[in-house]
Amino acid sequence: MRITQGTFSFLPDLTDAEIAAQIQYAIDQGWACSVEYTDDPHPRNTYWEMYGLPMFGLKDAAGVMLELNACRKAFPSHYIKINAFDSTRGIESIRLSFLVNRPAEEPGFGLVRQEAAGRNVRYTTTGYAAQRPAGKRY
Amino acid sequence: MAPDSTAPAPATDGVDLHALCADAGVFELLDGLDRELIGLAPVKARIRDIAALLAVDRARTTLGLETRPPSLHMCFTGNPGTGKTTVALKMAAILHKLGYVRKGHLVAVTRDDLVGQYIGHTAPKTREVLKKAMGGVLFIDEAYYLYRPENERDYGQEAIEILLQVMENQRDDLVVILAGYKDRMDTFFGSNPGMSSRIAHHIDFPDYTADELAAIANLMVADMHYRLAPDAQEVLRDYIVKRMARPNFANARSIRNALDRARLRQANRLFAGTGATVTRNALETITAADLLASRVFTESDADGDDRPRA
Repeated sequence: MRITQGTFSFLPDLTDAEIAAQIQYAIDQGWACSVEYTDDPHPRNTYWEMYGLPMFGLKDAAGVMLELNACRKAFPSHYIKINAFDSTRGIESIRLSFLVNRPAEEPGFGLVRQEAAGRNVRYTTTGYAAQRPAGKRY
Repeated sequence: MAPDSTAPAPATDGVDLHALCADAGVFELLDGLDRELIGLAPVKARIRDIAALLAVDRARTTLGLETRPPSLHMCFTGNPGTGKTTVALKMAAILHKLGYVRKGHLVAVTRDDLVGQYIGHTAPKTREVLKKAMGGVLFIDEAYYLYRPENERDYGQEAIEILLQVMENQRDDLVVILAGYKDRMDTFFGSNPGMSSRIAHHIDFPDYTADELAAIANLMVADMHYRLAPDAQEVLRDYIVKRMARPNFANARSIRNALDRARLRQANRLFAGTGATVTRNALETITAADLLASRVFTESDADGDDRPRA
């Protein structure tokens, strides 16, 4: 099951040139880009691992691409996303976030129904891959 | 040069090189260089060569010929105050105009900015600087400090290795300019042959002659919105000749310092002068007396430091 998270996720995967163009747009807006990766892409998992620090003060997308490629090399089959952080006072938040790397095989999520008191049913989703120990998921 | 997607479709007959340069504003740029930089003939010649090469490359791309981006890493060697940093700044603008670098900003660093304090600190620090310089020019001042042969566990070597790797693999993303004094840079390259061979342009900055220094001084005075009194011109010339003979002479930098001290003396003179009002003319004129008060004229034995006269 193809995971759709963040901007552009319903489009075909971006090429490197397209990724660089998006990063350049973010930099031109004054946003700071950062690279994050995870092997647990649950929609509620907002805490992905940071690959290096957010990159403030860059002028060109090549710097972010350098870091992205290093991250891809280290984690070839993890989910990797680029975040663009806007530090403007009053916003101070992520303005753009998109996936740039995904595993070749994505097993998707299973729905678990728990029968609770009365006839209540509680639903929960768990990633099939996340049931394996960290590091062996993808 | 990044392949230009807006370039016209491949022509078969030929391209007008001069029209191509004129379009990019290359000629104004080179003329500006001639105007603003006094002397430095070998440097200007090399910049012209590079400009020509990039123009030809662009023409080749227009005609659909395969073109590999040339390596433009440079090394500036020369005595203090010969304009290495100034030229590096201009180089960033020039390479941007010529379409070789995408942004045209200059990131100036020294050893401190690249080399870390402890194990594992150097690599992220160097990469951080490299990332900031991407799309522009990375200027490493006094680059020979990066390599300290007396300490084999010095982290400078690590910074050099990362630098080399990026210089080789991301030639179209950034241009690295090393600068330093000639003899020490030669030692540096002697112990880092990989660095030397990856730098295509070794440019030597010659010392200025007295005439060139006088012209530079006049440019600086105009830049500071002052002017020299007519009789001050000769004194200035005299000063330069005397100053050149003293030790620790740092070319244009010494001249700038001398002018700054002349401004101090001028301010002092106006302040101490009679009358509460000063004319516009008095405020912007540096007289012969302001220059003549310099220690260079009063002391015959030169102890040679650049400190202002008390």
